[in-house]
Amino acid sequence: MANEILEEHINSDYKYGFVTDIESDNAPKGLNEDIVRFISKKKNEPEWMLEYRLKAFAYWKTLEEPNWAHVFYPKPNFQDIIYYSAPKPKKELKSLDEVDPELLKTFEKLGISLEEQKRLSGVESRIAVDAVIDSVSVKTTFKETLSEKGIIFCSFSEAVQEHPELIKKYMGTVVPHTDNFYAALNAAVFSDGSFCYIPKGVRCPMELSTYFRINASGTGQFERTLLVADEGSYVSYLEGCTAPMRDENQLHAAVVEIVAHKGAEVKYSTVQNWYPGDKEGKGGIFNFVTKRGICLEDNSKISWTQVETGSAVTWKYPSVILKGDNSVGEFYSVAVTNNYQQADTGTKMMHLGKNTRSTIISKGISAGFSNNSYRGLVRIAKGASNARNFSQCDSLLMGDKCGAHTFPYIEIKDKSGIVEHEATTSKIGEDQLFYCKQRGIDTEKAIGLIVNGYCKEVLNKLPMEFAVEAQKLLAVSLEGSVG
Amino acid sequence: MLTIKNLHASIDGKEILRGINLEVKAGEVHAIMGPNGSGKSTLSSVLAGREDYDVTEGEVIFNGKNLLELSPEDRAREGVFLAFQYPVEIPGVSNVNFLKTAINEIRAYKGLDPMEAKDFLALVKEKQKLVELDGKLANRSVNEGFSGGEKKRNEIFQMAMLEPKLAILDETDSGLDIDALRIVAGGVNKLKSKDNATIVITHYQRLLDYIVPDFVHVLYKGQIVKSGTKELALELEEKGYDFIKEEIGA
Repeated sequence: MANEILEEHINSDYKYGFVTDIESDNAPKGLNEDIVRFISKKKNEPEWMLEYRLKAFAYWKTLEEPNWAHVFYPKPNFQDIIYYSAPKPKKELKSLDEVDPELLKTFEKLGISLEEQKRLSGVESRIAVDAVIDSVSVKTTFKETLSEKGIIFCSFSEAVQEHPELIKKYMGTVVPHTDNFYAALNAAVFSDGSFCYIPKGVRCPMELSTYFRINASGTGQFERTLLVADEGSYVSYLEGCTAPMRDENQLHAAVVEIVAHKGAEVKYSTVQNWYPGDKEGKGGIFNFVTKRGICLEDNSKISWTQVETGSAVTWKYPSVILKGDNSVGEFYSVAVTNNYQQADTGTKMMHLGKNTRSTIISKGISAGFSNNSYRGLVRIAKGASNARNFSQCDSLLMGDKCGAHTFPYIEIKDKSGIVEHEATTSKIGEDQLFYCKQRGIDTEKAIGLIVNGYCKEVLNKLPMEFAVEAQKLLAVSLEGSVG
Repeated sequence: MLTIKNLHASIDGKEILRGINLEVKAGEVHAIMGPNGSGKSTLSSVLAGREDYDVTEGEVIFNGKNLLELSPEDRAREGVFLAFQYPVEIPGVSNVNFLKTAINEIRAYKGLDPMEAKDFLALVKEKQKLVELDGKLANRSVNEGFSGGEKKRNEIFQMAMLEPKLAILDETDSGLDIDALRIVAGGVNKLKSKDNATIVITHYQRLLDYIVPDFVHVLYKGQIVKSGTKELALELEEKGYDFIKEEIGA
């Protein structure tokens, strides 16, 4: 009975699947040294940046695509991808009026305001936005307000031009170009992304956010984000992603680096809703991302929160290197897979400093024919005395054709370390559904309630406006997938 | 209010209910008693619309509507409430949120606007007292970590909030100590009116000391084999179910 309902209903609508008709300026298909030079030239980059790219490209050529993740997909043909695509015309934009109205419409449809005043339920809500479409950043809001406090928030390309000393100092220090296949690829061909620097002792007065949008066909998106929180500063950063519905698989290989200095705190939240492919598993984004932060000095804190509902294949482990003493790393994750989606996601917590603490809360939800894996590593290095970790990995299954897998790795080299790991796997029970229905709540609403309840610990960590969005997204992603 | 005619139901091809006939009028309390395996819980499940059971024959009319044609949620919205023998836990969903969703779904079905937040909270406060439910329980996740007694009290609390026309209490007395029993039964009695009806399903006469039935029916092998007033329950308590078996020559 349950399966009939399941099969009948699996077809959630992806409301971000539209394509914007804008002219774009593309690089020729394929990848070679000339393409790397082409991208660098397009961005008018200094010599040192080009050298960095070429070094990464040379290294990438020596690598093979990793295959250890529990995901199965046709290997991308790296010569069949367009590595640079920019909406035309790309010129210096002085105000919003100069932004292509088609682009503005795109972001309006996505519910993202590029206007600097945005009212939400009567309260003025101020979120600074950096909007990245395909390979370039099209607009960053609130720059002036932020710069009064000495905060730098701009596109990565702009940072290369305006703040080369900071880019040189920090880029590649957390995720070196030698880190892995996709990190090397990104280092060679990355086109844009966001850069953020919070100076000493400054509490960033608003949420900073970047919205990534893949629009052009046949392109890959390779963005790079670098966040530096100087001594005693605080910032909360949001990231959202969507893409049009296309039959082809598109590659998204991003790198995010976070550096937290002494006593600094960074909260990084992601709502990832790349196009997941259709219900037969055709199309969708390959989301191969390297995200890592380092608590460089004492008493710093980095917290990752992610709600992952999109992408055909996800391969992502936002991690924290706990180098400073008393530093704290957190990872809160909800990963939903439906239809033929596959996700292999989790975190790494590397305890190097004394009295370092980490918390991992992972909630996987699988429906349809999907596969959802948690993969996590907790490493306590020798000398990292009194390190503590708590991990909780829960899996929720809907229906009987999906899979949930847990791959926890624990390496403890210091005797004083304490690691706790809890894991549960449950099914949305017929009993729970019937109980809700007997109280007058229909199946769809009941699933929404049950799933949101299950993810509550993670959703509570998201900033208010994002949390509301995420709750809706969860309900939509699982629409009809009754177990 | 409720008319059950020749109701047959089976699960996995095995017939459990073999021709139930029952008439329940507004303002009445009916008790259904019977030994283990007689079909008591099946009857409540079939009335509430649990999909595991197949109704093979008969009809159930509830306030002029063919109940068996309605989805479980529509039955609830029409005013059928089942107090579960084993209330289900829903982690992370607060009781209050759960009930607010339920009430507003029922109101939407009736074409009413969602209830105002302050009216809802006032209602929660008022109804909590009825079953002496701690205010904290209302904010905790639905039944999660509740004791047996708390779960049953929570069922009656939900019943009070949803104000059903027909409440079916499935073995609500099981697992209750005497104090909890008194509280639960007290709640049920206070909710009684001339406009609603209650079906109390129980194995023991004990509960009927507190919730006094107008009619008692004995269910045996999927049929109502004997009906009477509350004295029948006392007789059953005294003589056990064997005397029924003898009487019907089983």
